Amino acid sequence: MTDAAIPAQELPADWRDFLALTKPRVMSLVVFTGLCGLLAAPASLPLVLGFTTVLCIALGAGAAGALNQWYEADIDALMKRTAGRPLPAGRMDRQSALHFGVGLSFLSVILLGLATNWLAAAVLTGSILFYVMIYTVWLKRRTPQNIVIGGAAGAFPPVIGWAAATGDITLLPVLMFALIFLWTPPHFWALALFIESDYARAGVPMMPVVAGERTTRVQIFLYTLPMVVCALVPWGLGLAGAIYGVVALIGSLIFLGFSAQVGLMRTQVAEGAKAERRLFYYSIFYLFALFLALATDRMMAA
Amino acid sequence: MTEPDAEFHRRRKSRALVTAVLLGAFVLLIFFISIAKMQH
Repeated sequence: MTDAAIPAQELPADWRDFLALTKPRVMSLVVFTGLCGLLAAPASLPLVLGFTTVLCIALGAGAAGALNQWYEADIDALMKRTAGRPLPAGRMDRQSALHFGVGLSFLSVILLGLATNWLAAAVLTGSILFYVMIYTVWLKRRTPQNIVIGGAAGAFPPVIGWAAATGDITLLPVLMFALIFLWTPPHFWALALFIESDYARAGVPMMPVVAGERTTRVQIFLYTLPMVVCALVPWGLGLAGAIYGVVALIGSLIFLGFSAQVGLMRTQVAEGAKAERRLFYYSIFYLFALFLALATDRMMAA
Repeated sequence: MTEPDAEFHRRRKSRALVTAVLLGAFVLLIFFISIAKMQH
C-alpha cells in the first residue's frame, strides 16, 4: 500500500453499491412472477433446483438492471429519482458496473442451464438481451412506445419458471407472458404521469412528454381492455379454476374502474395526482394477486 | 492513517468478506444441485 492518502473519488465501490446496481425493488416482482410460473407448472422440481431457478431469475434480472444502469448513467444523473444511484453519484466507475453485469449474466444463464434445462436458460438469455439491447439501447431514448415493447423483458420470468419445471412452453405460460406484457403500459404510464417532469428533464420520450397527458390517459385505458381480457382467458379456457377466476374477475373490474377514472379524466394531473398514484400502486397489487391466485389454484388442482 | 485510507481499507475488507461468503454459498449450492440432479 502506498503512503500517499487515497482521494475520496478513487475509493473502491462498497458492496452495497453493487447490490443497488441490481435494482432489488424491481427484482421482487420479477422473482415472484417467476416463482408463480414454476409453481403453476404441471411438473415439480426438487426444492434445491426450484430454489436455483428462482435464484437464477433474480441474478438475471439483477444483471440486466446493472447493464441498464451502466448504459444509462448519463440520463440517470439528470433525474431526481435516479441521481443517487451508484454511477451518477460517482460511487462506482462504469467499468466495474459493466464487468459486474456481464459476469452476473453469464453466471445466471450457465447455472440455470446446468441445474434445470437449456430451454429455460435460453429464455433467460433472451430476456436479459431484450432488456439491455432492445429496451435500454434501442427503444428507450427513441420512441414513446419504449415501455410497450420493452415491457416484454419483464414478462419472461413466469415462462422461465415454467420451462425450468417442464422443459417446454405451453399456452398458459404464454398467457402469463401476455398478461404482464399488457399490464406494463398502464402501470408505467400511470407512474410517468406523476413524475413527468423528471423524464422531460432527461429527454426520455415517455408518452406524457411526447404525446401529451390526454393521449397518455386514453392509451392507459385502451391497454387496460386487452389486459383484462387476457387476465380472464386462463379461467375461460379451463386452464385455471374458480380461485383464480374470482380473483381475476374482481381484480380486473377494480383495475378497469381505476383505469377509466384516469383515462377519462379531461383535466390536468390534479395536485398530488391521487387517481394516477392509486392506479399505479393498485396495478402492483393486482399483478401480485393474480399470480398468487393462479399458483394457488394450480397447486390445489394438482 | 488518513480518513480516506481508513475508508479504503474498510471497503476492501467488507467486499472481501462478502465475496468469500458468496463463494462459499455458491460451492454449497453446486454441491446440493449435484446431489439433487443425481436423485432426480
